Amino acid sequence: MTNWTNRIATVLMWFTALLVTSVFLWIITDLLRQGITHLSWEFLVTAPSDAGRSGGIGPILISTLLILGVCLLTSVPIGVPTAILLAEFSRKGHWFGRLIRSSLDVLAGVPSIVFGLFGNAFFCFYLGMGFSILSGGLTLSCMVLPLLIRSTEEGLRSVPDDYRQAATALGLSDAATLWRIILPAATPGLIVGLILSISRALAETAALLFTSGYADRMPQSLMDSGRSLSIHIYDLAMNVPGGEAQAYATAMVLIALLLIINVATSWASTRWLHGRISL
Amino acid sequence: MTTSPLITQTIRPWANREPCCKTQLPHITTTNLSVSYNGKLAIDHVNLPINRGCITTIIGPSGCGKSTFLSCLNRMTDLATHCKVSGSIAFNDTDITNPKINLIALRRQIGMNFQRPNPPPLSIQKNLTFPLKQHGIKRKADRVAKAQTILRRVGLWDEVKDRLQTPALRLSGGQQQRLCIARALVLSPEVLLLDEPCSALDPIASGVVEDLITSLRGQYTVVVVTHNLAQARRIADNVAMFWMLGQAGTIIEHSPVAPMFESPQNEITAAYLRGERG
Repeated sequence: MTNWTNRIATVLMWFTALLVTSVFLWIITDLLRQGITHLSWEFLVTAPSDAGRSGGIGPILISTLLILGVCLLTSVPIGVPTAILLAEFSRKGHWFGRLIRSSLDVLAGVPSIVFGLFGNAFFCFYLGMGFSILSGGLTLSCMVLPLLIRSTEEGLRSVPDDYRQAATALGLSDAATLWRIILPAATPGLIVGLILSISRALAETAALLFTSGYADRMPQSLMDSGRSLSIHIYDLAMNVPGGEAQAYATAMVLIALLLIINVATSWASTRWLHGRISL
Repeated sequence: MTTSPLITQTIRPWANREPCCKTQLPHITTTNLSVSYNGKLAIDHVNLPINRGCITTIIGPSGCGKSTFLSCLNRMTDLATHCKVSGSIAFNDTDITNPKINLIALRRQIGMNFQRPNPPPLSIQKNLTFPLKQHGIKRKADRVAKAQTILRRVGLWDEVKDRLQTPALRLSGGQQQRLCIARALVLSPEVLLLDEPCSALDPIASGVVEDLITSLRGQYTVVVVTHNLAQARRIADNVAMFWMLGQAGTIIEHSPVAPMFESPQNEITAAYLRGERG
């Protein structure tokens, strides 16, 4: 009896694992097969022409990185201290912490298009930033903040209380404890949050359509409109007949970019940690 | 009170011990110390003088407030929310229950160690130099020298001298516990509080840590909470017995180790030491 259920369970687990892996592999192979012929150095640096049917994605790549930069430069300095406040300094069960946490959980579930409309109304028009990389980046920042704060908070909470106790007993100040012991020990969790946020920001299309616009020329400043990679893919696939091959190539670049940023983030954090903690 | 034959037959480690803590001057004195968590009394009216340079062990069954008492002595109770402390704790003639007291300075003078060794994820050397840096010792060479002196003091030097830069978490449990004691000692405290320092260790490591604790006699005032009566007997100068009276723990008897184990005055203490209660 148990033998049989065990076997069935094993087969099922293998099956689901294989299914998930094969879907992923299928997507990657499809991308490679359709996109690789268009991929070249030229493609990465030249501007698109003929609505993207020919040329490359140079300005789009730059716009994407700028939007991501604005997003991270605003969300990390707000998100990490908020998470520290929630995890380390707010008293358990205090109404203020509970209020922030439940607001964040609601915000995390809000569809990105709603964030797009908000960004459009608030940043583009109310603050007069227009359709710009700045508006887009700030909108993405609002969008990833809940995710970033909650995962950073979880990372901080996973640090054993033993460390805090030890630090207190040694007469260390709160600041020293936080900076020297808690943050380094929580960094792996923080990095997961950061990578998830970056991935979500890079993949975002809807929120950016309303805020950063979709001009495909090279941006001259943060106040310029700029098209992100995901919008470019959407545009090529949906609005430009004959743009499929370029869409595939762009999707490959997007995935490669995600991988590079994720690997680089992990690497940099390990390097930073190396001087601080040793496990 | 008749002395139990079991007690008289067992070894009397204090009989041929040098009286290191000759002065019977209290270093810390608690007066009517009570602690409650969320309004529920944990310890009630505890009065205990802790003599300078002596090893005072605190014995008693689980849950009768031994650790709570210990954590009052360097205000670790401040970490717990909804914890209320009343009464007074005189340390060098200062009442340390005063909310205005400098806690960082206090904890530098009264170090504490816990049941489970808890070195932060730093290298062995950094575990010792890092608190020094935070307490204002600017020159790295001074910090390293001090760390090495203290590693020799706790008998870890020969075991770790070739791997000072490796993670402290790779040490064995006993070594980690000695490193944690070293970490408390590196700040040159006057008092060391040890909360069941050997209960997470195997007998051999436990013996090494015990020897380290007895070697501190005379130089530091040491307060040890222990479940292990044999250990209390081996290391203590003075013993305080905690027991639940009503809803809260309190000290029912305290005295130097010899009279405590040879002729306890309290019925409950006698029964507990004979192994009949607790």
